[in-house]
Amino acid sequence: MLAAMTVHHRSHRQGAGTARRVLIGLAVVAAAVVLGVPTGIVFAHAFGKGVEGWWKAVSAPEALHAIYLSLLTVAVVVPINAVYGLSVAWAVTKFRWQGKKWLVSLIEVPFSVSPIVAGVATLMVYGSSGLVGEWLMDHDIKVMFAVPGIILATLFVTSPFVAREVMPLMQLQGTDEEEAAQVLGAGGFRTFLRVTLPNVKWALFYGLILCAARSLGEFGAVSVVSGHIRGETNTLPLYIDLLYHDYDSSGAFAAASVLTLLALVTVVLKAVVEGRRDAAHDDEALS
Amino acid sequence: MSAGVLTAKVPGRRGILPGFSLTMGLSVSYLGLIVLLPIAALLLKASGLSWHEFVVATTSPRALAAYEVTAVSALEAVAFNAVLGLLFSWVLARYDFPGRRLLDSVMDLPFAMPTAVAGVALTAAFAHNGVFGQFLEPLGIKIAHAQPGIAMAMAFTSLPFVVRTLQPVIEDLDLDGEEAARILGASELQVFLRVVLPVIAPALIAGVTLAFARCLGEFGAIIFIAGNRPFETEIAALLIYIRLEEYDYGAATAIATVVLAVAFLVMLATNALQAWQQRYLDKG
Repeated sequence: MLAAMTVHHRSHRQGAGTARRVLIGLAVVAAAVVLGVPTGIVFAHAFGKGVEGWWKAVSAPEALHAIYLSLLTVAVVVPINAVYGLSVAWAVTKFRWQGKKWLVSLIEVPFSVSPIVAGVATLMVYGSSGLVGEWLMDHDIKVMFAVPGIILATLFVTSPFVAREVMPLMQLQGTDEEEAAQVLGAGGFRTFLRVTLPNVKWALFYGLILCAARSLGEFGAVSVVSGHIRGETNTLPLYIDLLYHDYDSSGAFAAASVLTLLALVTVVLKAVVEGRRDAAHDDEALS
Repeated sequence: MSAGVLTAKVPGRRGILPGFSLTMGLSVSYLGLIVLLPIAALLLKASGLSWHEFVVATTSPRALAAYEVTAVSALEAVAFNAVLGLLFSWVLARYDFPGRRLLDSVMDLPFAMPTAVAGVALTAAFAHNGVFGQFLEPLGIKIAHAQPGIAMAMAFTSLPFVVRTLQPVIEDLDLDGEEAARILGASELQVFLRVVLPVIAPALIAGVTLAFARCLGEFGAIIFIAGNRPFETEIAALLIYIRLEEYDYGAATAIATVVLAVAFLVMLATNALQAWQQRYLDKG
């Protein structure tokens, strides 16, 4: 999976005349229809009642709360995943031990679990009939249908993102530089901060971008555990759902336009960071 | 999974670097707490059901209809994506043209765009007065609030899997075989079908399998466009959600267990395919 998802940039061959023109034309038209039109529709509907209508919709107290909750989720989830991802990558790539293959497969499990199943699974731990549900209730700790539940479900679905991006590069870089730092007397943590981290920073950023995008947009898992309490546990994607089913289509699209803007920023950032990451990757492969 | 991750060459038993216990302990505890514990809790809850209850919940006519709608739509979506993904990855890997980088970047849009946003946008596009719907509905083609809408939403959200799996393989293709075939008088179509396709087939199958797995689990994009009528346009993930809302946690966890088991089988198939693809490429 890791190798397959990495895009290497190679020199491009200029193909034979007609086939080349026809295929490029087809691809551009298909991309416009399949990807361009849905994106355009979001903005067309969002601004259907003018800029003022859009502003009114996104600055409504419930909308602002949804934006706040989504950003809060990202702010909590992304750093935790960064620590986990780097930790997994260090354990897997810097040492030799049996059973690595199993750990690497387990790390990727959330990718193949349906978000709804992830939500139900989280509910079965912390919900009222879950493993620790009664204990939580006795101690008056609210996890389900509250912010902690949203964060736990988001952590479940996003946990592989950073690990998966950082591992292949750390593997490629081996342990020579870290071992040299050790010999020169640097402590373990300092070695990591000064040697390893700079080497993998672009792969790390790339993983963080993917993780942030997914945290912002997660719908299925969060909708199971949120309880959909207006102005309290609605993230931005859930708020879109709420407005849409209230037949407030322009409000739903206004909220959707905020997420689409962030998605477009993600795509641009991703393209920039991808270039840097691949450059680091290629340098490493050549040296 | 790339094989490279698994073959570190370190002196000593594990190596001389510090932090093994710390990072290993942290990783395993976190994975256990966040991912494995919930999955175990789900399976535990489902195993609390009697065999009879489990079978009734997972093989009710409504559940069977939901599996069928999900699987059929997913197959349609990946068939569509096999063609479209091949076109995109071929054009991106082989040709240089103004806007290539832009086209390359927008391929990731379905991954970056929240599924709920994709859902409302596609529904608006295929509604009877929508950008596509206004032309399709007079022809009797109904997509929004019908089964084809489910396939459409699945296709949108899973397209990048096919493109991003195929693209690097096409970029790394050795051009000698193609040129030899051309010199021997093969037409462009023959070159593609007889020389290129056999080499990229494993990657195409791997990408399609990844996309298929994603389609089976997709929820957010679909529920807006599907219409969600039981027996007709209700997907398995939605049925789990409905059982939860009815406080029928037993049935919800039973169906979730079936969905989870299928997802693991597809994942095993994907890993096997990718191992096969790797061997195939290494040989060439």
